[in-house]
Amino acid sequence: MRVLPSGSTALLVELDDLDAVLGLYAALTAEPIEGVLDVVPAARTVLLVTDPAVTTLAAVVQAVRRTRPRPGRREGGELVELPVVYDGADLGDVAALLGVTAEEVVRRHTGTEWTVAFCGFAPGFGYLTPDGEAWDVPRRDSPRTRVPPGSVALAGEFSGVYPRESPGGWQLLGRTDVAVFDVDRDPAALLRPGVRVRFVDAGS
Amino acid sequence: MTRSLTVLATGPLTTVQDGGRPGQGALGVGRAGACDRAAARLANRLVGNDPDAAVLEVTLGGLVLRADADLVVTTTGARCSDAHNAPTALPAGRELRLGLPATGLRTYVAVRGEVAVEPVLGSRSTDLLSGLGPPVLSRGDVLTVGDPAGPMPGVDLAPVPDPPGGEVTVRVLPGPRADWFAEEAVRALTGTPWTVTDESNRIGLRLSGAALERTRTGELASEGMVRGALQVPPSGQPVLFLADAPVTGGYPVIGYVDDGDVDRCGQLRPGQTLRFRGALS
Repeated sequence: MRVLPSGSTALLVELDDLDAVLGLYAALTAEPIEGVLDVVPAARTVLLVTDPAVTTLAAVVQAVRRTRPRPGRREGGELVELPVVYDGADLGDVAALLGVTAEEVVRRHTGTEWTVAFCGFAPGFGYLTPDGEAWDVPRRDSPRTRVPPGSVALAGEFSGVYPRESPGGWQLLGRTDVAVFDVDRDPAALLRPGVRVRFVDAGS
Repeated sequence: MTRSLTVLATGPLTTVQDGGRPGQGALGVGRAGACDRAAARLANRLVGNDPDAAVLEVTLGGLVLRADADLVVTTTGARCSDAHNAPTALPAGRELRLGLPATGLRTYVAVRGEVAVEPVLGSRSTDLLSGLGPPVLSRGDVLTVGDPAGPMPGVDLAPVPDPPGGEVTVRVLPGPRADWFAEEAVRALTGTPWTVTDESNRIGLRLSGAALERTRTGELASEGMVRGALQVPPSGQPVLFLADAPVTGGYPVIGYVDDGDVDRCGQLRPGQTLRFRGALS
């Protein structure tokens, strides 16, 4: 664990890999450090935002060094099933990139359990990491200016669901009718860090 | 009868802002809130509101409001009204008119009882990056005013200085990726002036000056950041993030403006110069 400075109110904890991030995040949400306003996991880091009226950066460094990571995945956490119509514009391209048929892409995507590692890009956009075999799919050469909401997509080692219409460079596999982000629902984000996800082929 | 304010003119941009949405970064939800938090809190205190109650953030003046009931208002930040830094009665039918500030960029308008638009995810702040929160104000909007939270403070005038024009110096602290930059880049950050460009907004100030060169190449996995971050994209021209900063970013953050100085950066206009004082290691 490396603790990097981030100004007068925050600290960035750098870790070896995504599993270590999930483990530290799970521990910090189960047993919050006093005076920490926000904990933001990412691919290799966890940002801790402090309230200077309550604590000091030095105290938070000590507390985070004492924190024992928890197993961040493959635990009995919440499981969300997302029905997907696999008719995405890039399904054929992804199959060609992986050297398999489109049916095999769907079989692999639905056949693995995914865990939300972190959110970013837009409110409720979860970066999902597979529990089984790793994926490695490049982004599209030119991003789309308009990706419809509910699009189920792949990029790099992650899968994700677009919460709303936005530009995007991920490869589109299909779409779900489930609203992954809804400000009138509590919690608003369905795909929160630590939540497990299974995609289900909903046919066409 | 419902207490309300009718918007007769908005100026270039007026939004509702409060203390923002802390604690939701893990969901990809940014903090938002007033760009000049100190000015917004002062405005609230002057009319007996909670310090983080919802106020109007007016960019470069031009707002005109009409009271639909007997109200108490004040303005803080960039000076452009007769009610500046002073609680002022606004009887039913009267207008509060904001002119063009001589210095500073953002004026905060507090009304006793706060601007009671519908909160989204626990906050009335408009986040211009994510689109969360109430819409930007439009002419004809009727803003409901809530019930007063506390007594009036018994203060006629808050003696605070106006935001300065010209060059402004702020303290800078190390960022997580200062070691990705050449020593000359680190020296240039604190040793040369930076001009605020007109591509700046609530998300951040785009600065123009010496190109900050990276020594370490390769991609950075996106990582969390907060208001005050000085992020350096491939152009070498830093962005100083403000209230609507993204939750994570994929370019290295060389330094951070001390949180106590970030509010002043939210008052800088395009063309003003900014200097950074401090050490990055």
